[in-house]
Amino acid sequence: MANVNQGNRPLSPHLQVYRMPLNAVMSITHRATGVGMAVSAMLITWWFLSAATSEEYFATANGFMTSWLGDIIMFFSMLGIWYHFCSGIRHLVWDTGSGLGQRRVKRSGIAALICAAALSLITIIIA
Amino acid sequence: MRYQTDRSRVHGLGSAKTGTAHFWEQRISAIALVILTPLFVFPLAYNLGGSFDEVREAYAHPLNAIVAIAFIVTAMLHLYQGLQVVIEDYAGGRWELFLLIATRLMCSLFALTGVFAILKIAFTA
Repeated sequence: MANVNQGNRPLSPHLQVYRMPLNAVMSITHRATGVGMAVSAMLITWWFLSAATSEEYFATANGFMTSWLGDIIMFFSMLGIWYHFCSGIRHLVWDTGSGLGQRRVKRSGIAALICAAALSLITIIIA
Repeated sequence: MRYQTDRSRVHGLGSAKTGTAHFWEQRISAIALVILTPLFVFPLAYNLGGSFDEVREAYAHPLNAIVAIAFIVTAMLHLYQGLQVVIEDYAGGRWELFLLIATRLMCSLFALTGVFAILKIAFTA
């Protein structure tokens, strides 16, 4: 082992300097949106429960949901669910074994982002 | 060389002991949600911020009520299935056990609460 080149060897990708490909970021975002929506689900269940209980209780829950904080949470929940929806359909297609080539993965990733943005826009128009 | 016994090979359940059951169930709930999500989210976006009577009237309609119940049950199941994978990936030991149990109880509670709320609205509005 005397002639081993000690200083100039290629390094494996280091997490802090490695520029993650779109698909890696999308995969992490898929998980993050899934976990994050646990909070959205609890809030929406609370809102339904208040509507089932009384007008006063509904005023409290609805008041929070339409406050600036509630609006921000619901806005991000809406982005999250449409992102997770579009990204999830991609995962379902991959589970069949198709769409896994490098170019197709990149293309379907961009398509999913565009679809999520379009669905979010429709939701904003409805709301 | 194979280290698996013939018996475990024929069962095909692997080291997780349940084979592909979890994977398969999660795909089924995902497919259901592909259909249910637009049906639930668009009316919700429309009704969120409505008055007490408007919201109750909207979710008293059988179509909205059935979609909402189906969505809540399926979404809570899918949420549990997803959180289970995340917990199994990142937590270990007692933490893993605690989080798995807590998550399962919470998801069940919220599914029950949501179904109860929608049914009460549907039957009293």
